[in-house]
Formats: sequence, structure tokens, C-alpha cells
Amino acid sequence: MTIETVDTQPKPNLLNDPKFRAIAAQIVVVVLFVSFVAYIISNTAVNLEKLGIKAGFEFLGLQAGFMPTSPNFNLTDFDVNKDTHMDVFWLGLVNTLLIAVLGIIAATIVGFVFGVLRLSKNPLVNFVAAAYIEGVRNIPLLLQILVWYFGVLLALPIVKQSINMGDLVFLNNRYLVAPAPIFEDGFGFVTIAFIIGIVATFFLARWAHKRQDTTGQQFPIFYSALGLIIGFPILVLLAMGVPLNWNIPELKGFNFVGGVQITSQLTALFLALTFYTGSFIAENVRAGILAVSHGQTEAAYALGLRPNRTMSLIVIPQAMRVVVPPVTSQYLNLTKNSSLAIAIGYPDIVNVFMGISLNQTGKAIEIIGMTMGVYLTISLLISMFMNWYNKRVALVER
Amino acid sequence: MSDTNTAAADNSGPAITISAMHKWYGDFHVLKDINLTVERGERIVVCGPSGSGKSTMIRCINRLEEHQKGSINVSGIELTNDLKNIDTIRREVGMVFQHFNLFPHLTVLQNCTLAPIWVRKMPKAEAEEIAMKYLERVKIPEQAQKFPGQLSGGQQQRVAIARSLCMNPEIMLFDEPTSALDPEMIKEVLDVMVDLAKEGMTMLVVTHEMGFAKQVADRVIFMDGGEIIEQNEPNEFFDNPQSDRTKLFLSQILGHS
Ligand SMILES: Nc1ncnc2c1ncn2[C@@H]1O[C@H](COP(=O)(O)OP(=O)(O)O)[C@@H](O)[C@H]1O
Ligand SMILES: [Mg+2]
Repeated sequence: MTIETVDTQPKPNLLNDPKFRAIAAQIVVVVLFVSFVAYIISNTAVNLEKLGIKAGFEFLGLQAGFMPTSPNFNLTDFDVNKDTHMDVFWLGLVNTLLIAVLGIIAATIVGFVFGVLRLSKNPLVNFVAAAYIEGVRNIPLLLQILVWYFGVLLALPIVKQSINMGDLVFLNNRYLVAPAPIFEDGFGFVTIAFIIGIVATFFLARWAHKRQDTTGQQFPIFYSALGLIIGFPILVLLAMGVPLNWNIPELKGFNFVGGVQITSQLTALFLALTFYTGSFIAENVRAGILAVSHGQTEAAYALGLRPNRTMSLIVIPQAMRVVVPPVTSQYLNLTKNSSLAIAIGYPDIVNVFMGISLNQTGKAIEIIGMTMGVYLTISLLISMFMNWYNKRVALVER
Repeated sequence: MSDTNTAAADNSGPAITISAMHKWYGDFHVLKDINLTVERGERIVVCGPSGSGKSTMIRCINRLEEHQKGSINVSGIELTNDLKNIDTIRREVGMVFQHFNLFPHLTVLQNCTLAPIWVRKMPKAEAEEIAMKYLERVKIPEQAQKFPGQLSGGQQQRVAIARSLCMNPEIMLFDEPTSALDPEMIKEVLDVMVDLAKEGMTMLVVTHEMGFAKQVADRVIFMDGGEIIEQNEPNEFFDNPQSDRTKLFLSQILGHS
């Protein structure tokens, strides 16, 4: 439509044509940007040559010769006697992903819970939520990491005097140690039961949806899912005679053997990132719920909907479209902020790869480039996922 | 069925009985000694200056607001804190709001089928059939697949009326249904309401549309300062108002329009 009308109109002066202006502006920007990048690269290359440094990634294959993590927290089984800088990179990457994933999940839960509590009509609940959000949100994250680590976790008793929780879980100033499961023959069936439970829930949900469409009857899908995904595997577990053993930690000399250990560094970083980011997410959630006008709730009530259905069918779907974009940036912030790990010695990628490997090899350009690439990739993946999700909850407007 | 233990609606007595009802917002006495009986099939128009408590009064009838003293009885069911009673009454009573309050994330059709499906536990096909019937009644069946944001104000308000009717209510409450509309859209909404009145729906309408009042109302109620000041059949009400406050109010709204 617009194209036809434009054709019949007299053409404006080229400089006043919005289309021409837009294209010209883009060309100018691209030319400036490309020249800038080219300048930086050539300048760096010249300088490196002057200093006699050769760029290249051969160093990744060299043995690192240092232990980037403590032996009780070694997810990639790093072997100091043979592993290379590439293995240091992987170790750092895995640890960064670990803290990012754990932090994002926990911060989301904390944020949603406190965001809803912040709207509570109960003044005490409201006050507690407000105090947490405003307190934590306004203190620098680095400070909080240091407080959790030095103030809380390092203040715990030494290993020999660990806090004993039922002879199973022990907590001290270096780590938390808990029983580790040992899977025996037959446990595979429990795993299979779990997978069957998930698949069955999926089909049950579809069946329940169809049945409601045709007969109007509602189905308690939440409890059925609980039964299928948790109850069924437990039944199989019992039927198989519990093919599962526990490796219970035991104090031997100066240390615990057995069980799984969670280091204080991981715990401190996790708690600090979770509560810091959670306080921002709580504010996003609160804003999202407030953005749904009270009239929506009233209209739903007037139609006879109960408060819980009103929440799940009317308020949350509308709040989500306001909540998702800012929460996405909180996820990105959490991931990037995890690089503060270096302050307490958590072996994330910045600490071990950009810190120690860089110091030892001097390959600054390559290592910083790779590390930036890691954060960029993680961030873009998070953004892509959240954009996809946002499209699903987006609202059709005029 | 789940309906066995809910309070049963009684279809023989009056539709609504409000007696000696009071309401406060904190210290503010917003409704004072309201007494009102609405018979089945009766059409009542409520008018009065802004802030006089009209909205508050009709919102007490479906418990969007809670009264503190006196009693409200809807179709034989007493409004108390009993959730079962509130559920039953809300199913019996439809409400249309000044600002439509359609659900913007659902299509027009979904707006209409939501409550029948989730509250009346109706099969989807049946709910859609009923929704289309009412969308035809309000003359916008062709908009069924659109979202509320894509409709004009008048169309949105007609969808809101259809949405309420889909629950097959005994009583319809209207809170200034046309006062957020552009003048050229008021008629299309009033026409739908006139049709509804002709079919014998019990209606309680807060409005300043005096033409509508004269055409369909059995009774006009005038409120001021949280009290019912005067009530009468429409011609008598407009031609021969009794209290000074009513006269003043009528001279203001008639003078302006
Ligand atoms: N939630 C509330 N809290 C306190 N005061 C309110 C509230 N809602 C309404 N009011 C007050 O109650 C009075 C009556 O309001 P309302 O019933 O909306 O009047 P009307 O519909 O006749 O214009 C007004 O003075 C209004 O300010
Ligand atoms: Mg009002």
C-alpha cells in the first residue's frame, strides 16, 4: 500500500529522503567501525612485533604445571602431572558454567518468592521482604562475596570440630561434606522409571487437556505429575530392593574421606550471587505483577474465577511479558559477575585461565580473547533462549 | 457433581435484597444505611454525583467490596465470608466495568470461553458455541479471533457484555458502561443493553445516560454522599424530583448534555 502511494508522489530532494538518509548513515557507521578495528589490529600487531612476541595458540598444548583447583573440588579430574593450559581452560569453563547455572536457578526462585512476598498485605512479611531487597540490592556485590566467605564461612569451626548434622552431613570452615550416592546394579531401572514418568506426564497432560476440551472435566495434573515423576521411580527403587548405597563421609586424621565436598568458595560465591541477583529479580517480579491492573483481577473474580486460577490464567501470563526482559539482563549480570570469584579463590575461568595461565604464558591477547569469547557465547545463548521465551509470552497489540 | 454442596440459588424471591447496609473505608463512611430490593426482571438505573458511592454499592453485590453492617441477599443467598456463597453469587451475577477489563492476552473468543470452561467446567466446543451465540447477539461474531487491543472501545465493551452473558447470569451489574467511550460508540453499547432489558434480564445500571433510563428503567435511584436520597419511576423522577439535591444534580447533567 505505502509503496504504491510513494511511487505516485513527487520524489523529495535526495538529502531529505528518509530512505536515503538511513542507508547513508549506516554506510558511514560501518566504514568508521571497520577502520577502527583495522587500526587496533594493525597497531597491536606492530607493537607485538616490536616486542618480539609471536601471536598464536600453541601454548594451549603445553603442560600447565600448576594445580588450578583444590583436590576436593576437581570436576574435570585435572591432573597436574600431564594436563595442559587447554585443560585449565576447560576446568575454568566448567566451573563458570556451574556457578552460573546454580546461581540462575536459585536467584530465580529467591526472586520470585520475595517479589511475591513484597506484595503481601501482611505488614511483617512485607517488611521482611522489603528489608532483604533494599538491604542486599544496595550493597556492592564484591563486599557481599567477601562477607559470606570471610565473615560467615571462614568463621565456622575447623575441620576436626566440624558441625555434625546427624553423623551424615558435616560443615566446617573449608567445606560442606555430605553422603555421596553409589549406584549399584539395577539402579538403571530407576533411571528408566524416571524417564518413563516424564514422558508419561507429557502424554497425560495432553490427554487431560483434550479431555477438558471435550468433556469440560478438569484433571489434577500437578499431583499426577508428582506421582509419575517422583512416586513411580521410588516404587521401582523399592521393588528393586533399593540398589543404592551411600558413601558416608568420615573424619580420618585431619580430613574427611568419602562423601561429596562442596568448598566454602563455591558456597560463598553461590550465596552472594543468589541473594544479590535475587533481590533485583524480586523487584522485577513485583513490578511485573503490579503492571497487571487490578481491574484484570476484578474482572476474573466477577466471572467466578477463584484467586489461584485468576493468578495462573490471568495475572501471571500478563506479568511474565513485563518480567522476562529485565530478568534476562539479571541472568547476564549474574554470569558476568561470577568472575568476581577471583576475590575468594573460586577456580572460575577468569581466575585460573585469565589469571594463572596468562601469568605463566604471557599470551595476553589470546587468553583475554578466548575468555571474552566464553562470556560472549554464554550471554548470547541466554539472550537467545530468553528472546524465544519472550516471543511465546508476548502480547498481541494493535 | 461439585454443585451438590454449594448453596442453592432460590429463584422465587427478589433478585437482590439489601437492608440497613453500611460500609466504611477506614474512617470514611462511604455507604450509609442502604435499603434496596430489586425484583426479578426489574431494571434499575443508579445515578448521582461522582464519589457518591454508586460503584461501591454495586460492587458490594458481587463481593468485590465487603460491607461491614447490614445484609445483602442475592437470589436467596446471604453474602457472608463463606467462600461457597461468594462463588455461587459470582456465578449468578455478571458485571460490566467502565474500562471493559477484557483480558488482553486472550482472544475475544477465549475471553468469552474462559469462565464457562474453568468455572462451569464446560467442554470447549460447547463453550465456544455459546460464546459465538452471544458474540452474534452483540453483533461482532467476526471479531472472535482478534485480540481486545485490536478492537474499538465500543466493540470491546460489547465483548465484555458477551463475556458476562456466557456465564448465563441471573443478574447483570453495569458500572458506567459507556462513560469511557467516544460519543459515536455509546449508542452501539446502549442498543445491546436495551435488547438485554427487553429479554427480561434483571439489571442494575450505574449510568448518566438519561435517555437509556427513560427508555428501559423501571426505577431510577439517586445517590449522594453514600445514601439513597430518592427513588422513583423514570418519568416522575425526571419531571418531578423531590429533593433539592436531586434537582441540583439533574439541572447539572441536563444542562451539560
Ligand atoms: N478503595 C478505596 N479506599 C478508600 N476510599 C475509596 C475507595 N474506593 C472508593 N473510595 C471513596 O469512596 C467514595 C465513593 O466512591 P465510588 O463508589 O467509586 O463513587 P462513584 O462510583 O459514585 O463515583 C469516594 O469518595 C471514593 O473516593
Ligand atoms: Mg464509579
